[in-house]
Amino acid sequence: MTLSSTPGPTPDHAQPAPSRGGRLRRSFDRHWYAWAMVLPTVVVLAVLIGFPLVQGIWQSFTDLNESNQRSEVCTKTLGGGETCKPNPDAAKFVGLDNYVDVVTGERGRFWLWFTNTVVWTFACVSFHYLLGLGLAVMLNRPMRGRGLYRVLLILPWAVPGFVAAFAWRFLFNENFGLFNSLLTTVGLDPVDWFSHRWTSLFTAITTNIWMGVPFMMVAILGGLQSINADLYEAAEMDGASAWQRFRHITLPGLRPISATVILLGTIWTFNMFPVIFFVTGGQPAGESEILVTGAFRAAFEGVRNYSLAATYGVLILSLLLVFAATYRRALRSQGEVW
Amino acid sequence: MADPTLAQDAGAHTRAATPRPRRTRSPLASVALHGTLGLAVLVALFPIVWVVLSSLKPGYAIQSSEITLFVEPSFDNYVHVLTETSFPRWFLNSAVVAAFTMVIGITMSASAGYAMSRFNFPGRRGLMWVFLVTQMFPVAILIVPIYTIMANLGLIDTKLSLIIAYCTVAVPFCAWMMRGYFDTIPKELDEAAALDGLGPFATFYRVVLPLARPGLAVTAFYTFLTAWGEVAYAIAFIQTDENLTLGAGLQQFVPRFNPQWDSLTAGAVLITVPAALVFFFAQKHLVAGLTAGGTKG
Repeated sequence: MTLSSTPGPTPDHAQPAPSRGGRLRRSFDRHWYAWAMVLPTVVVLAVLIGFPLVQGIWQSFTDLNESNQRSEVCTKTLGGGETCKPNPDAAKFVGLDNYVDVVTGERGRFWLWFTNTVVWTFACVSFHYLLGLGLAVMLNRPMRGRGLYRVLLILPWAVPGFVAAFAWRFLFNENFGLFNSLLTTVGLDPVDWFSHRWTSLFTAITTNIWMGVPFMMVAILGGLQSINADLYEAAEMDGASAWQRFRHITLPGLRPISATVILLGTIWTFNMFPVIFFVTGGQPAGESEILVTGAFRAAFEGVRNYSLAATYGVLILSLLLVFAATYRRALRSQGEVW
Repeated sequence: MADPTLAQDAGAHTRAATPRPRRTRSPLASVALHGTLGLAVLVALFPIVWVVLSSLKPGYAIQSSEITLFVEPSFDNYVHVLTETSFPRWFLNSAVVAAFTMVIGITMSASAGYAMSRFNFPGRRGLMWVFLVTQMFPVAILIVPIYTIMANLGLIDTKLSLIIAYCTVAVPFCAWMMRGYFDTIPKELDEAAALDGLGPFATFYRVVLPLARPGLAVTAFYTFLTAWGEVAYAIAFIQTDENLTLGAGLQQFVPRFNPQWDSLTAGAVLITVPAALVFFFAQKHLVAGLTAGGTKG
């Protein structure tokens, strides 16, 4: 920040501030077109995300459900008109009751689903990243058929999520799925994939790993190609082994891209709906549910409990925000400008 | 602002940045390399191939535990799905919803992306944070309030409700992607245009936007695919068969009892083909756009 009193074009961040009103005015003069350009998006975001978000947070403090969502009860009168009076059973403010119920396990199975979510996210993201890194490093070498390999390895990405989920559910089918057929063919017993919590989660994690590796691979490949080739040459002249080059040039060179894709990957996996919903369907008896699918079922299956689902939503969002903030801080402390 | 090497198309400068010149590799290393990649390709392809093969089999052969590649191959399942189920209807619904989401997402967010890329206005950082944070919104927190709002407006079970809901995903995402793309267009062009007397809006509309066509196309494609593959909102909002989209409709083929895997496999292939075509036009620029936006928040 420099204080500049010279007229004419000044750098954007230099803010001469004679008075509050004048400063605002000057700021408006300089930036009104930028603001005008972002205005439509901001309005849409405010209406479509801001308003529902506030309402969702509010709902999590009420006991709103399918049966008490009307604020008025209307009855037809003889003359054909309608009279309405306030619904005596309308949803009301209940304070932190929902949160207490959820966290203490009074309603729903928060901790089971939370453990599942953590296992699921950690397993998926680490496999995505490691497999993606391995494949990208291999694909980054000059060799025959590189383009073909690249296109074929990206294919899973092109399959819409719910289609991939159904395809894998088909493969894991207990009676005639490919995996059980293969197991029987080699003389092993077929596995009842969906009747145990961990095998059930295993099917979903496998599916998601299959779906997510291509993104990581392509992203890391882009990162690899931005590393200066001279570094490798110099290292080779100094007699660095392949491992040393990987350890001291490739990995540090990939750090910015890795930081981004791991954060994005974690968020996406945490919120990944179709895989769990369609592959395991929560089988057995909701034990393989993650938080997002659990919240969805609370809201839209059986007796629809909107307030409980909203509570889950707020908890999920808080978890993610805490994660993102910690992650950012960890990167900062390691000197990353991010 | 953004590191130009990151922002560029991942494949564009392969040659310039190839780490080492082509050298002779020992035959063993060569076999190991191609062997590993071959295995990876096999893993990537077999589910797709298996579903395609299954879709050509008659129903009884799909539900058999014997492993066979071809059993009386025919397109009967496809004919059945296309003529005797509501699948074509769902397909059309999905296309309409995805197309509108795409158009709204792009028109809303292109100018915002440009402003965030070029101007250092007060509120810019905050706005970029909002865009990033909205990407981490779980479906669970917005779906209930949006559902109750739609119910109050009488929009439940309409395509419009889905379009509006998908815009919550599409708009921040598009703005983010477009910003990444605008960052790759040299700023000097804007300055030259300004010297020639164009105002900021004219510069954006007449100079930068035409250059950003590939970025627009990719963002559009990607939004289309996101809407094409969405299921949670579709299942929650749509109640009648004629308004279902593909994501919600496909599960009707496989109820818990008496699932029709023959229809499902054929439907899965039919859904994937257009998505895959669109995807391959867009994929080259996708990651670049996403990660360029992310690296310099």
